[in-house]
Amino acid sequence: MKIMTCPLNGPRNISEFQWLGPVHDDAELTAAALVRHLFFAPNPMGVLREWWRHTPSNTVFIAERNLITDEILRTYLKPAADNIASVA
Amino acid sequence: MPIELLKYGLRRGHRPFRDIPPTPDLRKHYDVVIIGGGGHGLAAAYYLSNHHGVRNVAVLEKGYLAGGNTARNTTTVRSNYLTPPSIAFYREGVSLFEAMSEELGFNVMFSQRGQLTLAHSDAAMRSFRLRAEMGNHVGIRAELVDAKTVQELCPHVNMDLGGQHEVLGGLWHADGGTARHDAVAWGYAKRAAEKGVEIHQRTEVEGFGIANGRITEVRTNRGTIAAGQVLQAAGGMNGRIAEMAGIPLPIRCFPLQAMVTQPLKPFLDILLSSSNLHTYLVQSSRGEIVIGGGTDPYQLASTRSSLPQKESLATGALQLMPFLHNIKILRQWAGITDITPDFSPIMGASPLQNYWLDAGWGTWGFKATGVAGKRMAETIATGRVPDILAPFSLERFSRFELLNEMGATAAGH
Repeated sequence: MKIMTCPLNGPRNISEFQWLGPVHDDAELTAAALVRHLFFAPNPMGVLREWWRHTPSNTVFIAERNLITDEILRTYLKPAADNIASVA
Repeated sequence: MPIELLKYGLRRGHRPFRDIPPTPDLRKHYDVVIIGGGGHGLAAAYYLSNHHGVRNVAVLEKGYLAGGNTARNTTTVRSNYLTPPSIAFYREGVSLFEAMSEELGFNVMFSQRGQLTLAHSDAAMRSFRLRAEMGNHVGIRAELVDAKTVQELCPHVNMDLGGQHEVLGGLWHADGGTARHDAVAWGYAKRAAEKGVEIHQRTEVEGFGIANGRITEVRTNRGTIAAGQVLQAAGGMNGRIAEMAGIPLPIRCFPLQAMVTQPLKPFLDILLSSSNLHTYLVQSSRGEIVIGGGTDPYQLASTRSSLPQKESLATGALQLMPFLHNIKILRQWAGITDITPDFSPIMGASPLQNYWLDAGWGTWGFKATGVAGKRMAETIATGRVPDILAPFSLERFSRFELLNEMGATAAGH
């Protein structure tokens, strides 16, 4: 069983979670960058920051996961900062 | 070919022969360098050398020949897509499979037994009706069938699925079939090598030299080579290779998992899919039931398998055929698919003048092995993208001219 840590509920079975896709930089949301935002999603051979949802509690949070090893490095709730890309 | 085979079988002394020559030393220059020694790259090498007279060709393969997605797919060949450009393209793909054993003098075991996709909802019936009409319009065999015909085509299907997903009908595609994936790659490799194409296994591309909008050299772990033209056909690694060439591709990697059961006596003579259950079954010529389905639920570039995905494949298979419940799983595996936003491949030109793309095959690259190789070879030999490939260009995303085939793939293969 693969375990993911929900920031609110702690370690749970991965089957309780829904993958929502990569975290986008808000700065991408301009007309010029629209194509890139819509179609050119990040596909790194390394760590990806992405949205997940713990479905029973409807908790949406951010995970940092290695796309080669499938290792979940960190999970946390969306910080209050306006620009999500600025979060380290 | 059958007569040759018979003569070979009846001959007294069988001299051993080597289909694929050993890896030679890299030369300094090739007219065409093909990145990726899978089915697509080898088919392109075959058409370049046998049909266009371009013989100074090197195929670079990071691992072993046809060991990536060519070895990991579930060998379905079909053309029942939704958009006219896709149907026309895959129709040509199917016709190449029909003649492949003859053309290559190599038995690829193409078995055109028809594919049946089941509908368990009115919505699925509506989308099948559209696909059947589009298919007939472009000139392939696809028809909407009712539940009674489903039972005649495949008497083993559990029609009511416990009352949950009752089978309402299906999309019958008489052109669908299956072929032996390894043989397809070996056949193309053998005939290309005979004409002088060099196949370099365990040769990994590590970077490119780029000047004035052209690739000048390809750097590998075995040395640097100059290239006139470069074709990228790297399967799951397409995004990574294009990145080295400075070309962002709209590709995300997802694992696709499959498995086979122990061999059974022949009982399933068609290819059976269920779009609602995200499962498909086909009995191989060895009697094994090959079970495939949708991709993993999240992005990953790994060939690890996962229990939840295998459970979901087994669940779908058992819902369709409960009598398989005691059958053992013999092998299971995963491959890395390169999926585009519209689920259609990217073929043709790139922002670099002498760099050509054959990427984004996601969940259906095997059935296009011949046609993609043939048309990409034509593109490289003539320097012009043929009309049949034009709709699949990389620029379609910036022009918002997407070819949405999501509904015609998702476990429909």
